[in-house]
Amino acid sequence: MPANPQLNANGELQHLLSIEGLPREILTQILDTAESFAGVTEREVKKVPLMRGKSVFNLFFEASTRTRTTFEIAAKRLSADVINLNVSVSSQTKGESLLDTVANLSAMQADVFVVRHASSGAPYLIARHVKPHEHVINAGDGRHAHPTQGLLDLYTIRHYKKDFSRLTVAIVGDVLHSRVARSLIHGLTTLGVPEVRVIGPQTLMPAGVEALGVRVFHDMRAGLKDCDVVVMLRLQNERMNGPLLPSAQEFFKNYGLTADKLALAKPDAIVMHPGPMNRGVEIDSPVADGPHSVILPQVTFGIAVRMAVMSIVAGN
Amino acid sequence: MTLLIKGGRIVDPASGRDEVGDVFISDGRISDKKEKADQTIDAKGLVVAPGLIDLSARLREPGYEYKATLESEMDAAVAGGVTSLACPPDTDPPLDEPGLVDMLRRRAKALARARVYPIGALTVKLAGERLTEMSELAEAGCVAFSQANVPIADTQVLWRALQYAATFGFPVWLRVEDRWLAGDGVAHDGEVATRLGLAGIPAFAETIALGTALQLVRATGTRVHFCRLSTAAGVELIRAAKKEGLPVSCDVGIHHVHLSELDLGYYDSHCRLEPPLRSQRDREALAAGLADGTVDCAVSDHTPVDENQKQLPFAEAEPGATGLELLLPLILKWGVQRKLPLAKTLARVTCDAARVLGVQSGRIEPGARADLVLFDPQQTWRVVPAALKSQGKNTPFLGYELAGRVRTTIVAGSVVYQQA
Amino acid sequence: MTSKLPDAEALLPALAAELKARITPATAMIGLHTGGAWVAERLHPLLGLKDPLGLMDIAFYRDDYAKEGLKHDPKRTRIPFEVEGRDLLLVDDVLYTGRTVRAAMNELFDYGRPRSIALVVLADRGGRQLPIEAQFCGAKVEVQAGKRLRLKRAASGKLALELEDAG
Repeated sequence: MPANPQLNANGELQHLLSIEGLPREILTQILDTAESFAGVTEREVKKVPLMRGKSVFNLFFEASTRTRTTFEIAAKRLSADVINLNVSVSSQTKGESLLDTVANLSAMQADVFVVRHASSGAPYLIARHVKPHEHVINAGDGRHAHPTQGLLDLYTIRHYKKDFSRLTVAIVGDVLHSRVARSLIHGLTTLGVPEVRVIGPQTLMPAGVEALGVRVFHDMRAGLKDCDVVVMLRLQNERMNGPLLPSAQEFFKNYGLTADKLALAKPDAIVMHPGPMNRGVEIDSPVADGPHSVILPQVTFGIAVRMAVMSIVAGN
Repeated sequence: MTLLIKGGRIVDPASGRDEVGDVFISDGRISDKKEKADQTIDAKGLVVAPGLIDLSARLREPGYEYKATLESEMDAAVAGGVTSLACPPDTDPPLDEPGLVDMLRRRAKALARARVYPIGALTVKLAGERLTEMSELAEAGCVAFSQANVPIADTQVLWRALQYAATFGFPVWLRVEDRWLAGDGVAHDGEVATRLGLAGIPAFAETIALGTALQLVRATGTRVHFCRLSTAAGVELIRAAKKEGLPVSCDVGIHHVHLSELDLGYYDSHCRLEPPLRSQRDREALAAGLADGTVDCAVSDHTPVDENQKQLPFAEAEPGATGLELLLPLILKWGVQRKLPLAKTLARVTCDAARVLGVQSGRIEPGARADLVLFDPQQTWRVVPAALKSQGKNTPFLGYELAGRVRTTIVAGSVVYQQA
Repeated sequence: MTSKLPDAEALLPALAAELKARITPATAMIGLHTGGAWVAERLHPLLGLKDPLGLMDIAFYRDDYAKEGLKHDPKRTRIPFEVEGRDLLLVDDVLYTGRTVRAAMNELFDYGRPRSIALVVLADRGGRQLPIEAQFCGAKVEVQAGKRLRLKRAASGKLALELEDAG
């Protein structure tokens, strides 16, 4: 196995490409730093001068207004200049290659590339070709990873549960296509969560998922029993009826989170969702808006976590 | 024109002969006469073996000249000690018309390097719908028919194609993969693909298609050569089929003998191959099957890809690896790993391949074609782009140090390559 | 030239007494992580201020980020009172180049507009690179080149000034 391309020669975070392979110390550093930034985001002046003069390029080869916006806010609160490029509709359609696009932007003096791409591994390719002072942050690549989402999930869990070492966490739904699930699983196992469960039908479980260190449940009720944290995954529309699932309704019947199913988890369980939610498909409205839900705080924490990641990476 | 190769270690896999001696060549053939030669090559310290026969090498003509040209790839072949090669029909347009085949053969002949055996398309445009004019194609020089990497989805068409080929005694070469199960997969469906978030191709995509094809062989009696097996279960099915007496043979890509899904590392697009690199257990079964003869031969599956098509996210990268110049060192590496005698090691890329191809090559005996390779099995070299004649520099072995360097390649009694 | 370093514990009561004379109803105190926070935690109870102590980490306001990056996990800044219109006592352990204080003032103004800021330090070792001076200073200490003056806190809570090699 080649050296971890995310770390520089001193073992510091040069790029954030995946949570997998990051030592516990770096995860903790990110979460601790994010906590300090959470203080900043609660102030009247929600901005610090840390990255003044640095340029952050939001390079979205796959459209996602929501994720792009959170990175944009994070960069702006660090006083960086943000340039948004919706590459999916510009150069790519003109046939320019991924690396040519990056080389062009690099010539415009970029410091950080925030990359979203439909193809797993694309940020690795970019990271291999950027200059030494440039940094790549993976904002979601194919089904592979969404490390800042994983980190904000970890932040949220730590915020509400304090200690990772006694938790049971269940991740429910389309694990097969989920980069969020993969990133979160790696983070939870690295931080010492003793039991990580994945719940879903066989058609939505990737081959050999147990090797990631999770227990597989096909019966949601059994899987939710005594959980501290329930993470619902988004089900993409195009997968709701076809060879993987017969219908959204049947999916909801078996794997949608309802109040009576949630009652099987611990009384103080928290419910998370990376958004955007499909109400009535993955999650019932009363649960999404109920007292266990921490879905909106997740969004708030996401800004601080992305500030932490950007400032740590760009400083190394 | 006579040529004397003096004092080399003669290794003839067909007979098992392995001894120091001289080889005398007269009129393009090996002779047992002992005359004064026009030219003498000192082969002291070198192995003198039949030239390699590679059952799958893409020369990229017609249609893909920007990836490689016949000239560059024929240079690569002889630099790799390959004196005969079969080229699959996945050119652009595919080799589905006699004119194309004829042109390819004439162009190859004019270059006077390795012998080229075109494999004709089994169906028009490889679309899996209409049969090609196999008799015409055979007359033009096709030695077998294949779909290259485009499996026939419609089993009815496959059945009829096998029946038709059997009618005229044409062999059919199939790389078996269930198209629907393969889907948009790009990696072995297992732990690594799950971790990397790559769409998987399950091992049973191969065995289901292989099972179907074997049933059709049983029904039609067609001689079928299965190309590029990738799974342990596939090797088992072939073993049983051979035991049953079905007229089948099979090969494996040399990369699959040495690499597994783990070599994908962090999305190394050089490891994007068809079929995908599978588990270590599969790799072990392929290497073992090649040793016990269940797998008849190893091929380079030479596929030059230009750098731009590899500098892409893994799933988008064009599959394939350059291989003509790596086949010899990689088969030697396999032989060393399995502690095989050199003659047995080389058999899988010489006489056994000749048998599948149905040609009289791959042996050193009086009267045989003087297609030979002289190589130093110990000499190591580093796989770097500059060391490769092929226009394709795409190989997972980039940067590796490999043992086995070709010194001289001889086709029909003429030296076609001499190491500088 | 002081060959012997002053006793930090002995400096605290004198410093507190000096501060006490200057307290107004608008006075509040902020300590700078890490050493300044230790000093402030000792001074604060001696002054009887009505607001709890504020603690500040200036990591996000440093001027050497481009060179050094974010090396240490920054602590969260917590200022549990309104900064607007207050007379602030900004407490640090050792005053040296003045860069930390500059960063601290920048951060403070992102919380509001104080009426005044006074700088309180346990020790001033000279070597200023910015026009910043302490209004309240426990002791002046001369430090030879290549050495760094640092405040240490023992498990018992006892504070002590120490010299170490500058890295």
